[in-house]
Amino acid sequence: MGYFELIIACIFVNNILLAQFLGNCPFLGTSKKMETAIGMAMAVIFVLVVAGTITWVIYTYILVKFGLVYLRTMAFIVVIASLVQFVEMFLKKSIPALYAGLGIFLPLITTNCAVMGVCVLNIDKEFTFLQSLVASFFYAAGFGLALILFAGLRERILLARVPKPLQDTSIALVTAGMISLAFFAFQGMV
Amino acid sequence: MVESLLFLMILGAVCGLLLSFASKIFYVYEDPRIAKVEGLLAGANCGGCGFAGCSAAAQAIVNGEAPANACILVGPENVSEIAVLMGSEAGAAEPLKSYNNCDGGKRASDRFIYSGLNSCSAVTSLYGGKRDCSIGCLGFGDCVRACGFDAIHLGSNGYPVVEKEKCVGCGACETACPKSILEVRTVSQRLLHLNAIDDALAPCAQTCPAEIDIPRYIGHIRNGEYEEAVNTIREKNPLLLACGRVCPHPCENFCRRGIEDEPVSINQLKRFVADMEMNSGKRLPIECGPDTGKRIAVIGGGPAGLSCAYFLRRAGHHPEIFEAMPKLGGMLRYGIPEYRLPKKVLDWEIDGILNLGIKNHTNVRLGVDFDFGSLIASGFDAVFFSVGAWNDYNLGIPGEDLDGCFTGINFLAKIGNDEKVRLGRRVAVIGGGNTAIDCCRTLLRKGVDKVYLVYRRTRKEMPANEVEIVASEHEGIEFVFLAAPNRVVGNDDKQVTGLEYLKMELGEPDKSGRRSPVPVKGSETILDVDMIITAIGQSPLLDFRGKGDRLDGLSITRWNTFDVEPATCQTNVPYIFAAGDSATGPALVVDAIGGGRKAARSIDLFLKGKPVIPQPKAILNKHIPGTIFESVDGVVQKKRTEMPELPVAQRIHTLDEVDLVIAEDQARYEANRCLSCCRLCYNQDKG
Repeated sequence: MGYFELIIACIFVNNILLAQFLGNCPFLGTSKKMETAIGMAMAVIFVLVVAGTITWVIYTYILVKFGLVYLRTMAFIVVIASLVQFVEMFLKKSIPALYAGLGIFLPLITTNCAVMGVCVLNIDKEFTFLQSLVASFFYAAGFGLALILFAGLRERILLARVPKPLQDTSIALVTAGMISLAFFAFQGMV
Repeated sequence: MVESLLFLMILGAVCGLLLSFASKIFYVYEDPRIAKVEGLLAGANCGGCGFAGCSAAAQAIVNGEAPANACILVGPENVSEIAVLMGSEAGAAEPLKSYNNCDGGKRASDRFIYSGLNSCSAVTSLYGGKRDCSIGCLGFGDCVRACGFDAIHLGSNGYPVVEKEKCVGCGACETACPKSILEVRTVSQRLLHLNAIDDALAPCAQTCPAEIDIPRYIGHIRNGEYEEAVNTIREKNPLLLACGRVCPHPCENFCRRGIEDEPVSINQLKRFVADMEMNSGKRLPIECGPDTGKRIAVIGGGPAGLSCAYFLRRAGHHPEIFEAMPKLGGMLRYGIPEYRLPKKVLDWEIDGILNLGIKNHTNVRLGVDFDFGSLIASGFDAVFFSVGAWNDYNLGIPGEDLDGCFTGINFLAKIGNDEKVRLGRRVAVIGGGNTAIDCCRTLLRKGVDKVYLVYRRTRKEMPANEVEIVASEHEGIEFVFLAAPNRVVGNDDKQVTGLEYLKMELGEPDKSGRRSPVPVKGSETILDVDMIITAIGQSPLLDFRGKGDRLDGLSITRWNTFDVEPATCQTNVPYIFAAGDSATGPALVVDAIGGGRKAARSIDLFLKGKPVIPQPKAILNKHIPGTIFESVDGVVQKKRTEMPELPVAQRIHTLDEVDLVIAEDQARYEANRCLSCCRLCYNQDKG
C-alpha cells in the first residue's frame, strides 16, 4: 500500500471516530464549542504522533524480541500514560506557549481510546516505523477533521428548534450517526 | 510467568524513574502559596473573578494581580485566610450585580418573525438580531438559561429581571447576552456612569440633566412598584422631593407622546413616588460601597454639593460639607420660596442624605471662618466647590442705594432665613426670570398691596418657567412689559417713592434671533412704588480668593465662574473640582445635581489614582442623532393629568405649598401614558 492510499485510508475510509468508533468521549465532550474542539484536535495530533511511534518501537524491539507480545495492552497503557505526563512536564518547562495553548486537553488524552486504538492498529496492520508514523499523524488528523466538523454542526444545532426529548446529547448522537453514515461512502475506496 | 512479571516491573520502574527524573529536570518553580490559595477558593471555576478558573485566580492573587477577595463565592473566613497567606489585610470588595439596561424585550417578537427560533444568540447569529433598534433586548432569555444561580427570570414585560439577592455577579449573563443588555457592574460603577451615546436611552432620559432613567421608573410606577421607582430615581438624583416640586422638567419637552399628544407628566410622577416615600414615615435603605478612607471637602451645601457628597459617599468615600449659611440646601432653601418647596420637605430630604454618614459644618464661610490652607492641612484628598451664584447683578442706575431697594437672591435669602424685612405696600420687581417671579409671589403672600413685574422685553421672551408665569398671572401680579428702568426716585428721607422707566419697542432681531428692545425717546414714566427688588441675574461670589493661597492660581472665566473642563468638572488645580451654578452660571437645580454627579465621577477617578479624563462617548445632555422623531405612529390621544393646586384665594395669603401631589390612581393612569421609549422603539397605544 502506497503512502497516498494510507493517508486516504487513515483520514476518511478508516476514520478513527466515524468508521472505527474510537475516542467517542472527547468527540461528544469537547465538540460543543469550536474553540475547544480545535484545541482538542491539536492535542490529539501531538500526542498520537509521539505515542504511535514510541509504542511501535517498544513493541518491535522489546515485546517481540523477548516474546512478551501478550503483554501488549498493559505495556501500551503504561507507556502512553507516562508519555503524556512526561510530555506535559517537558512542554511546561520548554515550550510554555504550546503548553498554555493545549491547556487542559493534554492530560485528558491519557485515557483516550483513540490513542490506544491507533497504537494497536499500527501493530496489527504490521506497519513499518515510517508507516506507523504517517498513520498515527493522519489518524489523528482524521480525528481532528471529524471533531471540528461535528463542533461546527453542534453550534448550528444549538440554534435550531429541537424537540425536547432529543435536545443536547441525544441530537448530537443522532447527528454523529448520520455523519458516520456519510463517511461510510468512502468504504471500499482503498 | 516470571519473565512477564519481570518485564512489567522493569517497565514500571523505568517509567517511574523517567518521570521522577523528568519532574526534577523539568521542574518549574511554582509558588507554594498558589496551591494553598487555590484550596481556599470555591473551586467552582465560575469565572466570576474574571480569571480562567480557580487555579488561574489563585495564581493572580499570589502574583498580586488580584485582591485577596477576588473570589465572589467564598465567605469572609476564607478571604481572611487568603489575606493572611498573602500577608495583607482583606477589605470587602464591592459586590458586582447584574443589571438589565433595556426595557423593550416584548417588542422584539412584535416586529420580526424569527422563524421559530427561541434563543437570543441564534437570532443574533442568523439574522444579526436585527430590529428597529440595533442594541435592544431580544427577550428570548439566553441570560436566564446562562444564570447558574437562578437569579434572572423573564418579567411580565418579557425582558429579564434580575433578583439582586440571588445574583453573585459571576458575569455569565453578560457573556451570554449577544446584545450587551445585561451588564455586571458594582453599584458605584453604575452610579457614576454618565449617559453614553450607545446606551439604551429614551429622548427624555437623554435630555434630563441629572440623567435619570425615566422610562424605567415610570415602568415601576405602572406596576405599582413605588419603592423600586424611588430607588431608580435615587441612582441619579438624590433630591427627588425637591426636583419633583421645582424642576421645570426639560425632559417633558422631548417626550415622544408630546409630538402627537400632550407629553407625559414626568415630574408629577417623580413627585408622587417621592412624596409617597416621605409620607410612609420610613426611609428606603440606600446602600454605600465599602469604605475607601478618602476624605473630600465639599464647599457649599446646595444641590450640587449635596449631590456630589451623596454620590461620593455611595462610592465609599467620606465627604464633608462646609456651608456658609445656617442650614444646608443652598438655593433650594434660600432661593426657592416656601410655597414652592416647603422647608420641612427639604429638611427631610437633606437628613436622608446626611444619614449616609456625611459630616456637615454650617455657618462656616470659606475665607472668613476657615481658610483653604487649613482645609488642605487637615487631610482632605480633594476639594469640591459648589458655592453657587449668590451675587446679584445691579442695574447701574441712579438711586439704587436708596432705602427700599433690594436685590433678588438677597431678598429671598432673608425671607428664607426668617429675617425681618421692612416691606413696602407697592413693590416693583425688575427682571423676567424665575428669581423675579419668586420675589413677586413671595411679596404677595407677605401681604403687599400691589406687585408690579417690570421687564424690558415682552412675555414671550421671559426666561421664567411658563407655569410660574401663568401662576403669577392668576395671583394678580401686574406685568409691565417693554420697560427699561431709568432711575429710582426718592424723597428727602432717602426713601424710595417711585421707579422711572423708559418705554421700549422691539427693534430688528439680533444675532440670537430675539428682537432687542429699543428705548422710545421721551417716554419716561414713573411707577408709584415704595420698594424695588432687582432680580436681573446672578454670578458666583468668589471673594474667598486673593488671600495668597492655592486658590489664587485657579482660573476663573470672564463670567466670574470656575473655569472647569465641562466633561470632568476638574479645574486647573488637579485636586479641585467645581460644579453647579459656580461653574455654569445660574442654571436649574437639576443641572446642579447632574454636575455634582459628574464631578463625583471625576473625584472618584482622581482618588483612585486613575487619570481624570472625560468618559468616552458621554453625550452630556446632547441628543443621540436619529432618536428625536418628527412624528410618532400609533399614539391615541389621552388627556394629561392636570396638576392639582391650591385655589388662588386660599394661597395668596399663606406660604402653603401651591402645587399638590397627584393621587395614586392618577399616577397609575399617567404612568400608563408613557410609551416606554428606548432609543428608537416604543410601545404603541393599543386600540
